[in-house]
Amino acid sequence: MLKQRRFLIEVLTAIGLIAAPFVLPHLGFAPNTVNRILVWGLFGLGFDILFGFTGLLSFGQSAFYGTGGFVAAYLLTRAGFPNVFLALVIGMVAAAVTGYFVGLIALRRTGIYFAMITVAIAEVFYFVEFNPLAEWTGGENGLPGVPTPSFNLGFTTLHFTTGWSLYQFLAACYFVGVVIALRIVRSPVGAILSAIRDNPLRATAVGHNIHGYKLTAFVIAAAYAGFAGGLLGVMQAFMPPDAFMFETSGQLIMQTAIGGPGTLFGPLVGAAVWLFLQDFLQSALGLGAAWKLVLGAVFVLLVCFLRRGIIGGLVDLYRLAAGRRTDRKPAVASAKALTAEEEQAIAEATVAKQPDPPPMAPLNRAGDSYAGPILQATGLTKRYGGLLANSDIDFTVNHGELRGIIGPNGAGKSTFFKMLTCEVAPTSGKIVFEGLDITGMNVTDVCQLGLTKSYQVNQLFSGLTVRENLTIAALSELRGKFRLDMFRSLQSIPGLSEQVERTLELVNLTTRPDTPVSELAYGEKRRLEIGLALATSPSLLLLDEPLAGMSPRERVETVKLLKSISKGRTMIIIDHDMDSLFELVGRVTVLQEGRVLVEGTPDEIKNNAVVQEAYLGGVHGVLDA
Amino acid sequence: MINWPNFVSQLFNGLALGALLALISSGLTIIYGTLGVLNLAHGAMFMLGGYAGYVTYTYTGSFILAVIGGSLFVMILGIVMERVIIRHFYNRPHEDQLLVTFGLGICFVEIVRFIFSSQSLVVPPPPLLQGITSLGFMYYPTYRLAVVGIVAVALAALFIVLYRTRLGMIVRAGIEDSVMVDSLGINVYRVFMIVFGIGAMAAGFAGIINAPVVSLTPGIGDDILVQTFVVVVIGGVGSFPGAILGGLIAGEIISITSMINPGYAYVMLFVAMTLVLVLRPHGLLGAQGRD
Repeated sequence: MLKQRRFLIEVLTAIGLIAAPFVLPHLGFAPNTVNRILVWGLFGLGFDILFGFTGLLSFGQSAFYGTGGFVAAYLLTRAGFPNVFLALVIGMVAAAVTGYFVGLIALRRTGIYFAMITVAIAEVFYFVEFNPLAEWTGGENGLPGVPTPSFNLGFTTLHFTTGWSLYQFLAACYFVGVVIALRIVRSPVGAILSAIRDNPLRATAVGHNIHGYKLTAFVIAAAYAGFAGGLLGVMQAFMPPDAFMFETSGQLIMQTAIGGPGTLFGPLVGAAVWLFLQDFLQSALGLGAAWKLVLGAVFVLLVCFLRRGIIGGLVDLYRLAAGRRTDRKPAVASAKALTAEEEQAIAEATVAKQPDPPPMAPLNRAGDSYAGPILQATGLTKRYGGLLANSDIDFTVNHGELRGIIGPNGAGKSTFFKMLTCEVAPTSGKIVFEGLDITGMNVTDVCQLGLTKSYQVNQLFSGLTVRENLTIAALSELRGKFRLDMFRSLQSIPGLSEQVERTLELVNLTTRPDTPVSELAYGEKRRLEIGLALATSPSLLLLDEPLAGMSPRERVETVKLLKSISKGRTMIIIDHDMDSLFELVGRVTVLQEGRVLVEGTPDEIKNNAVVQEAYLGGVHGVLDA
Repeated sequence: MINWPNFVSQLFNGLALGALLALISSGLTIIYGTLGVLNLAHGAMFMLGGYAGYVTYTYTGSFILAVIGGSLFVMILGIVMERVIIRHFYNRPHEDQLLVTFGLGICFVEIVRFIFSSQSLVVPPPPLLQGITSLGFMYYPTYRLAVVGIVAVALAALFIVLYRTRLGMIVRAGIEDSVMVDSLGINVYRVFMIVFGIGAMAAGFAGIINAPVVSLTPGIGDDILVQTFVVVVIGGVGSFPGAILGGLIAGEIISITSMINPGYAYVMLFVAMTLVLVLRPHGLLGAQGRD
């Protein structure tokens, strides 16, 4: 939904902010309530980038809200700093720096560990504010007397005081916050953040330094929190110590979940609902302190039944309504049902008819001038406790070669691949890729060098579309493993759309670029899996059982696909489908019980007695079928 | 110079607090280990144990009945909560589980606030355990001394249930691989329900045992929950021995730092947690598997 016309959302936000003072009073919103909503909304913009987009649920945002707020308030009250806006910015920077160091610790773990660590750290901030730093922060009294901003424009002085006057300043801040957040979300960094939310393992494997990006999201969230915290002090003319309380983090999370995470505006909507209900329940219904119970119950119900919040629910409703109008088209297509045989025949015919897509050359990298074998593994051994998965494997692949690896189940083929791509470290042995010793490197760096793999079990970014998936993989090759181009649009990256289009063509998904991955057929997902590896332009591509679980029709398509991508590229393929594999590759290595059994051309392997022994348990016949 | 009697008495305070933390944390950790759900309402259940015990005490005047009432109430609440809500969250992301248990925790706290108001309530210790006891070199409140013993017995009971019974064997197997346990023909969902009940009861029991030490307020569980997190991170998520070790370490850190400067108690706790995270990311006694 963030991908419509350019600047549409920015313009709508501006119109909404300008119209608010004229509309909201009629709905029973006091100006102070609206101001509070804006501060929560701004606080939530950063939090939504962290939680909604990156998938990191932090329960400790109060630490940064309080840090930014108290730094700004201290500057403006006790230190006698004159410029309100500059103080807010300094508070924001202080919060961001704090966020950086907290992130270094908290991001050592993921999931519930991350949640627990952020809670614990935030609680430390609360106690530090109350005790060791009480001299600076006023302890439980907070810092009173925070001034409101005024700007001297030369000819006149703009002074923002309270109510709707201060609203103008807050609305301007919120608007800038939205513009920046939108740019971040639409930038390459934003795309990678959603990739991390969907599948951190694959995001790492296609060559992104996800730890760096997670830390970036954490710092962004801390910066927004810090600025919002400063605004809280300005708005109330008093910096309350409550900003550091766990309730602050909790309220932010609940408002975001109520409004809808991953929408940027969710926290604003959530805050509006929250504060409106709070006023309404307290005064109109006379519920007194029970308002929080009602809101808590509303929150639990929303999490149970409307997990994408109010905005998510509205979007679904809109899609449902819009979908009814376009529903008729697919009905016509499915009207003529085909038998399986007909489908197979049509598939083979269409596959044969299709022109070969232009081969996609691997990227020229520094190691390409290297003349020796592209990959050389010596004495590779992997031991899991008492189990010897791979034992003393020597393996060499030359440039341009197409190599097959076969072996019975449990022969150690996948473990061998995992060691080559540096997903698992070998117990002993050495791996040399293009003359460079890569033993002990991590999977991200190895992918950046031009060695990657497609997985045996699909590892896709299942919440994203086909095009977004390939974009994420292509970005790693075009931008390197970590770059902070947060304000650059995806469209402005040279070569990106070409590379994505070419990969779409290669893996034959040009007809469905904007389909969400969750709606693809299994064979299409398999091809996208290969496409993800391919979009990083590897010079050596490993394919772990690319044909597994495919229908005969899909096999035909995939074998053709593999043939076309093998041009100008070195590939190693593991598969159990020997007919297809022998047709594809030039040489075959047979693994058995973690060792290299034999190596040779497909014909040599077919007629090798030892191989037949291994596969057929001593039945000596010609391996032909 | 260090004031020795004071130091030893703080060591005892740390032991009492640590034992309580160990009990609450083991409830949290076996629920997480078995069900894969981190129960953010665990602190609220600790608080509810105290209040349910208070109600029983006011009607019966018996501390023992208060302990039984508090524990049983929270256990039944835990079972109902698992049946009605948590069950539907096993297949949803961790984040949703955190959100829903967080929301439930707030509801519990606010319900108690609605009924009992925010004023603090007191449950006196049983007459037998009132007063102070001479330890030869110092005097120490009898009830606090008893807390250590009572909690040790409770932990031993939990240990026997976990390590010496058929149910415990299933629970420990479930921590390793709940899908496998399910496919062995054991009704894992029934086990999940029982585990949630036992875990909640551990918190409720700790809540009423702790009630005579500090006065009851609706927010009493919030601080405990945060301390429990630190305990679990230090000890290792899903590890029962880890919860006990982590609890004792955390209790002593809080007590000893409080003797020097109470303001730094949390800071030191946090430093300890950071050290563990840096040196042993999976906790002192945690396994590599779960994350």
